[in-house]
Amino acid sequence: MPYSLEFSVVFDKMPQLLAGALATIGLALAGMTLAMLIGVCGVAARQSRSLLLRRVVIVFVEVVRNTPFLVQIFFIFFALPQIGIRLNPTVTAIIALGLNGGAYAIEIIRGGVESIHRGQIEAGMALGLHKGQIFRMIVLKPALRAIYPSLTSQFVMLTLTSSVCTSIAAYELTSVAQIIESDTFRSFEVYFTITIMYLIIAWMMMGMFSLIGRYFFSYPTR
Amino acid sequence: MVIGENEILFLLQGLKWTLALSAIGFVGGGVFGFLVALARTSERKGLKRIVAGYISVFQGTPLLMQLFVVYYGIALLGINIDAWIAVALAFTLHASAFLGEIWRGAIQAVPKGQTEAANALSLHYLSRMKDVILPQAFRIALPATVGFLVQLIKGTSLAAIVGFIELARAGQIVSNQTYRPLIVFGIVGAIYFSICWPLSLYGARLENQLATGSR
Repeated sequence: MPYSLEFSVVFDKMPQLLAGALATIGLALAGMTLAMLIGVCGVAARQSRSLLLRRVVIVFVEVVRNTPFLVQIFFIFFALPQIGIRLNPTVTAIIALGLNGGAYAIEIIRGGVESIHRGQIEAGMALGLHKGQIFRMIVLKPALRAIYPSLTSQFVMLTLTSSVCTSIAAYELTSVAQIIESDTFRSFEVYFTITIMYLIIAWMMMGMFSLIGRYFFSYPTR
Repeated sequence: MVIGENEILFLLQGLKWTLALSAIGFVGGGVFGFLVALARTSERKGLKRIVAGYISVFQGTPLLMQLFVVYYGIALLGINIDAWIAVALAFTLHASAFLGEIWRGAIQAVPKGQTEAANALSLHYLSRMKDVILPQAFRIALPATVGFLVQLIKGTSLAAIVGFIELARAGQIVSNQTYRPLIVFGIVGAIYFSICWPLSLYGARLENQLATGSR
């Protein structure tokens, strides 16, 4: 018997799917914020005088970047309760996304800070700028410009990765889809539909990031 | 219950599938990715646009969704194949888009003068690519390619969510049986790390070599 596609059962559930999409965006935004925080603090610790602190950051970055996100989220959700840390799925998802994105953010931001030539800072001092001005205008702004494209594409990746949070039943688009799938048995239709939804979310984010980038993080052309 | 020989063997069985899926995805994705890169850098506008769309769809959707859609899509077509073939096909398609994009960048990073020189020598497309452009592009692409291999190995863990027993799923099963998630996921993480980290270091070294070489 040939299979006939039946999208209407999925479209009937559109309100739930849209709510799930919103949850995904919320999860992603929370994850990005945490990732940014970890990124900035991590770079500060990475450049600090304390050898121990620098080592801790290096180990963190290498461990996170060389193990799968799924194993990280399983570890936080299933293993940490064994030592008394019990978190609900949504909090686990945000922390996992933040830690994972944070490790990548550290590497990206570090690259940006290191791309500022020492001579630039010296030139700033020679011009009599004070410390705050030097940091803001000579280090921060060009560094942000340099890392903006890779940081934002990392953020889009983080948003897409959030689908893996369904594995601990966190509330987001994929887990909503899995519930609908088990209700309707329309696996392909459900996943195809949310794939398109993810694509729209990703493209919207890319568009927004490039718009923000054009106004705030691009080199003046005149 | 403790982690005994049986549990470790079960994890290693899973590891075997992780490595197999990674290898198939990388080789298959390499072959298709090469075609994707060639199409993307060709002079045919229509072809370029189609391939660009292909790449951006794979880059704009979660790998997990790609697995689901291919997995259930094949079942829907009425083709009766083993689950692992469906999963391997999904990883192959995924890898072809990402490797294709990496290699497109590498091909375009070869200075234009090289193409012009090859044209001036009246080399045809095949020889221009094989003898002039690709050997140079290969060197440029190597670090990012190794980087993607690490991503792919980590990505194969998502096959666990469609129920395929590779390393991550094996870990989940052992953890459920032994009630020792801390040590089990610790071991699983350590196994992934011991595979991915050397590759990452190798990739970083290649990148440094490339940076000093072109200075």
